[in-house]
Amino acid sequence: MLTDAHPAPDPSDAAGTPDKACPAVSFRGVSLHFGHIRAVDAVDLDIAEGEFFALLGPSGSGKTSCLRLIAGFEQPTAGHITIFGKSAVGVPPYRRHVNTVFQDYALFPHMSVIDNVAYGLKIAGQDRASRRRAAEEMLALVQLPDIGARSPTALSGGQRQRVALARALVNKPRVLLLDEPLGALDLKLREQMQEELKTLQRSIGITFVFVTHDQGEALSMADRVAIFHDGRIRQVGPPEEIYRRPRSPFVADFVGSSNVLPPEFVRQLTGRTRPASLRPEVIRLAPEGQAATVLDHSFLGAATRLAVAMASAAGSARMHVLLRPGDAVPEVGDTVRLAWEPDDLHVMEFEE
Amino acid sequence: MRSSRIEKAPLGLKLAAVAGLAFMHLPILLIFAYAFTTEERSYQWPPPGLTLRWFEVTWNRPDVWAALELSLVTAATATAIAIVLGTLTAAAVSRTRFFGRETISLLVILPIALPGVITGIALRAAFSVGDIPFSLWTIIVGHATFCVVVVYNNAVARFRRLSGSLVEASMDLGANQFQTFRYIVLPNIATALLAGGMLAFALSFDEVIVTIFTAGQQQTLPIWMLEELVRPRQRPVTNVVAMVVVLVTLLPILGAYYLTRGTDQPRGRLK
Amino acid sequence: MTAGGSADPAVRPALDPPARFGLGRVSDLLWRHPGATVTAMLALPALWLCVIYLGSLAALLAHSFFSIDHFSGMVRYDLTLDTYAELFTPANFDIILRTVAMAAAVTLASAVIAFPIAYFAARYARGRWKALFYLGIMLPLWSSYLVKVYAWKLILAREGILTWLFETLHLSWLLDAYLALPVVGGTSLSTSYTGTFLVFIYAWLPFMVLPIQAALERVPASMLDASSDLGARPSQTFRHVVLPLAAPGIVAGSIFTFSLTLGDYIIPQIVGSSRLFIGQAVYTHQGTAGNIPLAAAFAVVPIVIMAVYLWIAKRAGAFDAL
Repeated sequence: MLTDAHPAPDPSDAAGTPDKACPAVSFRGVSLHFGHIRAVDAVDLDIAEGEFFALLGPSGSGKTSCLRLIAGFEQPTAGHITIFGKSAVGVPPYRRHVNTVFQDYALFPHMSVIDNVAYGLKIAGQDRASRRRAAEEMLALVQLPDIGARSPTALSGGQRQRVALARALVNKPRVLLLDEPLGALDLKLREQMQEELKTLQRSIGITFVFVTHDQGEALSMADRVAIFHDGRIRQVGPPEEIYRRPRSPFVADFVGSSNVLPPEFVRQLTGRTRPASLRPEVIRLAPEGQAATVLDHSFLGAATRLAVAMASAAGSARMHVLLRPGDAVPEVGDTVRLAWEPDDLHVMEFEE
Repeated sequence: MRSSRIEKAPLGLKLAAVAGLAFMHLPILLIFAYAFTTEERSYQWPPPGLTLRWFEVTWNRPDVWAALELSLVTAATATAIAIVLGTLTAAAVSRTRFFGRETISLLVILPIALPGVITGIALRAAFSVGDIPFSLWTIIVGHATFCVVVVYNNAVARFRRLSGSLVEASMDLGANQFQTFRYIVLPNIATALLAGGMLAFALSFDEVIVTIFTAGQQQTLPIWMLEELVRPRQRPVTNVVAMVVVLVTLLPILGAYYLTRGTDQPRGRLK
Repeated sequence: MTAGGSADPAVRPALDPPARFGLGRVSDLLWRHPGATVTAMLALPALWLCVIYLGSLAALLAHSFFSIDHFSGMVRYDLTLDTYAELFTPANFDIILRTVAMAAAVTLASAVIAFPIAYFAARYARGRWKALFYLGIMLPLWSSYLVKVYAWKLILAREGILTWLFETLHLSWLLDAYLALPVVGGTSLSTSYTGTFLVFIYAWLPFMVLPIQAALERVPASMLDASSDLGARPSQTFRHVVLPLAAPGIVAGSIFTFSLTLGDYIIPQIVGSSRLFIGQAVYTHQGTAGNIPLAAAFAVVPIVIMAVYLWIAKRAGAFDAL
C-alpha cells in the first residue's frame, strides 16, 4: 500500500532567501496524473507578485488541480513548482504561507466565527488576546463586525464567503488562492463581491490566484488570465488581449462569444487557410460590405443580435452580429451587407 | 418518502403499525411486572401478589455481583479496544481509496454478519488449536472482534460527512496532521465515537452466543441468566436481574440516540 | 482597507523549512508518505481481524476436514471428508432441513409484520411520531437478547399470560385444539415449534423493519404523486411502485433474519420442542460430545447457505439498502 510517496524537499534550494524579482508562483513542466487521467499536463506558468491572476476554463480542465498544486494538497507527478523562488517540492500545505478560500468555504462547524478566523493564528502560537484582536479587525475589514460569536452554520452564503476570506487573510499569506469563491452566490451578490475583492486585492497588495469557470468574472477582475483546456494552458495574457487576440478557436469560443470562421472561408477573405475569430460587436452594417441573409434576430436588452448566413465560394458561414443602437432591425429573410476593419478579423492557430 | 403535503394514513395501516410496535415492546414490559411477583415456583399470571423482597434477595447474591462485575469489565475493555480499532479502520478507509478497501469493510462486518455460533465455535477451535486456556481475555478478544463493526459504522458515517475540505482547510491554515486531528477531526467525530462506544458496550454487555464458547467456567451476567433459564434455581432473582439488564442496556442506547440525533443515526448491527 | 498587524508580508518567507524534531517532523514524514500512513493506521485492526478472526475461521474450517476417533474420543488430524458425509445421515440432514424451513418461515412472517411498521414510519410519521417510531424500533433492536427470550418463556409458559388470556376470553378450547395439531402443536406453546417461531420473529423483527424503512425513505413522494397522476389507484401504486422499490430493503432484512435463525441455538433450547436446530447441533457436538470436527462441519452449513443467499441478494441489488 506504499503508493504515491511525496518526494522529499530538495535541500539545495531550501536555503535561498525570497527574492522580490522572482515570480510569486512558477510552474515548469508541471504535470499531475491520476492513473491515466492527465489532470494537469506539462504546464508552464509564471504568476508575478501582487498580481490578480485568474485560472479560467471549463470544469475538468485542470484549473482547480493547479490551485491545489500551489496550495500543496497535491504534489506534481512531473515538473517543478517554486513559490517566491523556493522549491515547493515536498513542502506540506501547513508549511506554505499560502492560504485558500475554498469553494464550499470549509468553515469549521464546531467553532464560532471568531475561532474560525483566529484558527491560523492559534496554530502559529499567538496568544489568545492578540489573535482575537486580529480576527476582529479582519472581520471588520470584510464588513462583518459583531458576528464573531455566531456559529458559521447560522450565516448566509455571502457571509460565509466573507468569513472564509477573513480566515485566510488574517494569516497574511504571500499568495491567496480562491477556488470559485463566488460560485455559490446569487448574481447580484456575485457582482458586488467581484468589485469588493478587486478593491481588497489592490489595497493589501497580496498575490491573488483565482479559479473560475465564469469568463465574465475572470475578464472583469483579473490582471492576467490563463485559459485551461484538457489539463493544458491554451493562452495566458491580460483580459483584453485574450478577448481581442484569442490564439485558438477554443479560446475564442470560450471567452466571450465569437464567430469562429472556418479556414476555407478565411482563405476567401484573407488568403490564409486558418481559422479566424470575428467578434459580433465589431461587425457593422455597411452598403459596401459582404452580402448575408438574416436568419433570426433576438432582442438582448442593451442590443439586438442578428443571426446571419454569409455565403462565399467556400460555402456559407453562420455568424452573429450585434446591431448598434439606432440601427434599423432587418426582417428575417432580408439581405444585409456586413463590413469590419481588417484588423478585427483575427486569424488564429489551429486547435492543438 | 417525504411528502410535500400532510397525508392521513389509511386506518388499517395505522392499526397494523401500532400493533407491530406494541408487539415489539409489550413482552419486555412484562418483565417489570414479574420482578415484583410473590410467586416463586412458576410463571403464574396474573401475579398472586406484589413484593419488593426479591430486590433485597438479589442484592445479597454474590454470584450475581460476580457475574455483573465480569460483564462490566469485559464490556468496558472490549469497548475500549473496539474504539481504537474501529476508529483507525474508519479513518484509513475514509482517507484514501486504497487497494483492498472493500475487503477491509467486509472483514470488519463479517464477525457480525455471520451467525454468532460460527464466530463462537471458530474462536473455540482456534483456542483449542493454540492451547490457549480460557480466561477473561479470551472473552474480551471475542467481544472486541464483533464490537469493532459498531464503532466502525458510526465513525465511517461521520468521516463521510466530515468534508475533506475541512481537513485541507486546517492544513492550509498551518496545522500539521496531529494538530488537525486534535482540533478539527476529533471534535467532529467525538460524538459518533461516543455513540459507537455506547452501542458496543450494550452489545458486549448483553452478548451470550459467542461468550459461551470463549468463557470456560466463568459466568458473565448473560451466561448466568442463561443458566437460570435452562435450569431455574430461583426464578424471582432471574426476574429482577432481567429487569436490571433491560435498564442497564437502555441507558447507553438512549445516550447514543441523543448524541447522534439530527446528524446521523446511530449505526450498529445494521449498515 | 488595509490588512491589520505589523509584519510586512514581503519580508516573510513564503515557505517554512521542515521541522527538525518532534511531532512536526513526524507529521512531515507521514505527509510525504501517505501510503505508509494508511498502512500504519490499518496495521493494528488488520492484524487483529486477520490473525484472530480469519485465523479462527481457518481453524474452524480445518477442523471440519478432520474427524473424531469414536473409540478414544480424540480428534484425528488427517484430512477427510467423512465428517461432511456424516451431515447427510438422516438424523443430521433432518436438522438442516428443519432449520432452513424455520428460517424461511420466520423470514416471511417478519417481512409481513415489519412492512406496515416500516411503511408508516417512512411515509406518514412526522416530527414527534417519527422520533417515537425511530426509538420504538431501535430500542428492541439493541435491548438484551436473553431478556427477550426470557420474556417469551414467561408469556408462553403453561401457567403464563397467554393461557390466562385464552381462559379469560373463554377460548381455552381454541388453544387446546391448536396444540393438538401435528407439527405446530405440542404439550404447551413453550414446547412447540409455534413457540420457537414466535420468539424468532420477535427477536429479529427490528432487523427486518430498519432496512425496509431505509428503502422506503429513499422513495420520493413525487414518484407516488406521479403514479396517481398517471391514473393509478392507491392499490395499484402500492403494487407497481412502492413494493418493487421496497424489495431491496426486504431482501436486505431477510439476510439478517435468515442468517440469525440459521445460527441461533438459544431460542430453540429455551422455547421449543426437544428436536435440534443447526446451532444446537454445533453447540452440543463441541460441548458434551467433544466432537469439534462435526460441530465445525455443521457450522460450515450456515456459511454455505448464507454465501448462496448473499450471492442471490447481491444480484437482486439488495446491498444498496443495507
